[in-house]
Amino acid sequence: MTAFRLDTLGRINRDRALRFTFDGVQYSGFEGDTIASALLASGGSVVGRSFKYHRPRGIWGVGVEEPNAFVDVSGSRSLVNARATTEPLVDGMVVRSVNASPTAANDRHAFIDRFARFIPSAFYYKTFMWPNWHAFEPRIRQMAGLGVVDPSVRSGLHADQVNESCDLLVVGGGPAGLVAALHAAEAGKSVILCDEGCEFGGSLLHRSAQIYGKAGEAWVDETVARLREFGVVLLPNTTAFGIYDHGLIALNQRNGSGGHDRLWRVRPGHTLLATGAIERPLPFANNDLPGILSAEAGLAYLRRFGVVVGRNVVVATNNGLADEVVAALSAEGVEVTTVDYRKGEQIVAARGRTRVEAVELGDGRTLNADAVLVSGGFTPTLHLYCQAKGKLRWDEGLQTFLAGDPVDRIAIAGAAAGHFDLRAVFASAGQALAAVGIASGAVPELTAAPVAYGIVAAWPKPKMKGRVWIDLQHDVTAKDVELAARENFVSVEHLKRYTTLGMAVDQGKTSNLNGLALMAELTGREIPQVGTTTYRPPFSPVPLTSLGGLRGGSLMNPPRRLALENEHRDDGAHMREYGGWLRPAWYGDEAEAVAVQREARKARETVALFDGSPLGKIEVQGPQAAAFMDFIYYNTMSTLKPGRCRYGFILSETGGVYDDGVLVRLEENRFIVSCSSSHVAGVYALLEEWRQDRFDRSQLFIHNATAESATLTVSGPYSRRLLEAMGLGVALDDESLPHMATAAGSFDGTPLRVTRVSFTGDRSYEISIRADRALPLWRTLKEKGRALDAVLIGVEALMVLRAEKGFIVIGKDSDGLTLPMDLGATAPLQKKSAEFIGRRSLFTEEAQRPDRRQLVGLEVLDGGGPLVTGAHGVERTAAGNRSLGYVTSSYFSPTLGRPIALGVIERGASRTGDVIDIQHLGNVRQARIVAPCALDPEGARLNA
Amino acid sequence: MQLFPCPFCGLRSETEFHFGGDMGNLRPDGTETDAATWSSYLFLRNNPKGRTSEVWMHLTCGEVFRLDRDTVTHVVEKSAALTVEAHQ
Repeated sequence: MTAFRLDTLGRINRDRALRFTFDGVQYSGFEGDTIASALLASGGSVVGRSFKYHRPRGIWGVGVEEPNAFVDVSGSRSLVNARATTEPLVDGMVVRSVNASPTAANDRHAFIDRFARFIPSAFYYKTFMWPNWHAFEPRIRQMAGLGVVDPSVRSGLHADQVNESCDLLVVGGGPAGLVAALHAAEAGKSVILCDEGCEFGGSLLHRSAQIYGKAGEAWVDETVARLREFGVVLLPNTTAFGIYDHGLIALNQRNGSGGHDRLWRVRPGHTLLATGAIERPLPFANNDLPGILSAEAGLAYLRRFGVVVGRNVVVATNNGLADEVVAALSAEGVEVTTVDYRKGEQIVAARGRTRVEAVELGDGRTLNADAVLVSGGFTPTLHLYCQAKGKLRWDEGLQTFLAGDPVDRIAIAGAAAGHFDLRAVFASAGQALAAVGIASGAVPELTAAPVAYGIVAAWPKPKMKGRVWIDLQHDVTAKDVELAARENFVSVEHLKRYTTLGMAVDQGKTSNLNGLALMAELTGREIPQVGTTTYRPPFSPVPLTSLGGLRGGSLMNPPRRLALENEHRDDGAHMREYGGWLRPAWYGDEAEAVAVQREARKARETVALFDGSPLGKIEVQGPQAAAFMDFIYYNTMSTLKPGRCRYGFILSETGGVYDDGVLVRLEENRFIVSCSSSHVAGVYALLEEWRQDRFDRSQLFIHNATAESATLTVSGPYSRRLLEAMGLGVALDDESLPHMATAAGSFDGTPLRVTRVSFTGDRSYEISIRADRALPLWRTLKEKGRALDAVLIGVEALMVLRAEKGFIVIGKDSDGLTLPMDLGATAPLQKKSAEFIGRRSLFTEEAQRPDRRQLVGLEVLDGGGPLVTGAHGVERTAAGNRSLGYVTSSYFSPTLGRPIALGVIERGASRTGDVIDIQHLGNVRQARIVAPCALDPEGARLNA
Repeated sequence: MQLFPCPFCGLRSETEFHFGGDMGNLRPDGTETDAATWSSYLFLRNNPKGRTSEVWMHLTCGEVFRLDRDTVTHVVEKSAALTVEAHQ
């Protein structure tokens, strides 16, 4: 055995040795060790360098309260800033100290500590300013931070998230939590019990007790087995880190085998906090030396890991809980000397260079020691209570904050409620359950001498000699607190932020109370008058992967997929996301620009096939449907005949064109609103809102059928021929089915709808059929289209075709402020008498201005390529250049053999023929303002 | 995460809902409404500290309804469908 590891004691498995390295040196431990316990067993003392001053630091605690021992791990696990006290040791771990180079023992930045007096708290508010603080930034960034992320590590997995509810959530699996969980389970309640440690038991794992005549540990094992039989959900390695609105509690369950943690969102009927208490350090000069540990931790290292922290140990305490520590160490042959604050003794300074060697007492004595265990009292862990807006109250007898008035549905038991004697702990569990209406069973029989806590105050005082450390992780001393007081940062929230006390990863678990006690003394206040800072989640660090869950990568905003996607891919489609849907952008092996031009040209020569399924199809029906449509649309729709379609705008209440699309009237009381594919959810919500808030919902019904139907577009001179060859049971002559009309038909027994509507400007039909029956229809279209030299076109080619006709795309040729009049639609404004969405906004001063930007076409004059989208129309005045608007869509037209463009230009509608400058990144070209429609303005191709 | 009571579905997570403005912000119809009134209807919200009545939409089922709650304590008082009674 090593000097520090005993042959006996501990819950480790001495039959299984584990090897690891720390800062390049080979060490060994046992199964069941944490990295910290293995390092302590090896006699290692310096495990890292402090954040600011690079002082040598050792292990302080045994759990999540640890401020010093953070390490980077590679080898069998990859971890950054792992907390050595809670990280289980795994064979083959390569452990490195953080914030130290090359090693913690020999750090090249250790010299910084000699300049400490020039870099107290908040020094950065007063320095690094001249000549320019950016000059210092890279170096400071390099020195800040602790561990180093290994960019080669990619996990690729997404964390689970679980939603759960229960009658009782018990946070903390020590004696109070175990008893409470057991009683609740016996009373028939559904229970979740979580503990942040790797096993249940809490203080019973290191403090001796005789329960029902058995060792405390045995009672723990039995109780856990009984809880399992009752079906209690047992969650070790799980931290309840936050409590949120309406009683939601979030838990992070650690994954022991290197995979992602799991998030639990729990809605318990009641919560019992059995979260224990955290020991405070004692204030004296150089109290940050390696080898100075929490007394409770010293006891835990002995009893849980068989490790003694030293051979010649001083135990300094201001309370009775350290008595067992003294007895336990002495029983193992350790030389123990007590410094008892209750008897007026105190430590004023620790001596040593990289490890404690002696302590100086207030009475002048010096005691040699190779380790010092300190107990400054215990602070109940009440974070969740405080997050739930509970107010703490000061307890003079216990010299700490306890929970004040109860918070609805939260009970507190055990050390968290200020009970440090085991009998009182068990009793408090029963009382807490009763307070939330759960019957409790009998308190377990104990054989144990009662513990007298009897704490005497040992807070840091003003003007203590030497450097007295308050916050180890952020290197904050008592002098820094005095500095804050001197500079009038006396509110506890200012104290925190000015000194950074309590702001590190440990969130002040071992430092907050000492800090505010000193501030109280400095400002002549009582501790409760200073108060505590606001408690916020998380209680301890939670990986971002837990919070992200499955929302990452392709699942972040999963695109919607076409029923025919595989078919398109087989046909060589290049897929791209449009308005949240994955759609063919173009087909084939050519470069995009070449393919798009080929598709757009061919579409006007023969017949184009296009998958338009994302097009919105929202059914509106009922006796009030026609009146509803008149209110929803800018245009008058009630005059639309059954079997006909009309293009219209839906405005927002501010008058802007929210969406455009064709309205189909199937019958007197049945309409189909087709809307832009990217706006379907918005339009549907808009329709529902007005249906319920203005109309009679029993006379009007809305159904979003968009995803149920595929919509296949057949467009071009041969489009009617192709449909005739399909045998759809629809009369296709132009008298029966004129442009902007709809008819019912079928394909292979499946009903479908054929609507003659055109986004290309050519004769065009949209076939809507059940999405799961679309494939045979599509395949037949392709098969019969072959004889007509049909072409598959993607979205990019369609964009060129519609631009040739001056058809706008909402959001591209318009924005949220574009009014229907800007797009040339003025009739409804003048003639429609029915009320409609946005109507009043069209009569504002702003809407009626004559110099508004209006939709125009732009003709290139210099024989060059297409204008750049976004290029501005520029007017040059004596006062400077002014933008008249900009290019919104711009393409090369294969049919016209020249560039075409759409744009919005000031007074554009009345400036047809004018030549204006178009400027982009300093490059100026000329363009003529023309009508938006560049091809076939009479619309003859619609019936060709 | 708060829980809101959809009149149709019952208690659901707040992430399923969409805020629809103050209850009682009645739409002034017609083209004669003065600009200040129309602007107030469009843009002004009360944002009270404490009890409030709001319109919310449950996106899952499409129900648009009235929700009475406290903006400080987050206590939810009740919800009601947008019938004539709810507007009172």
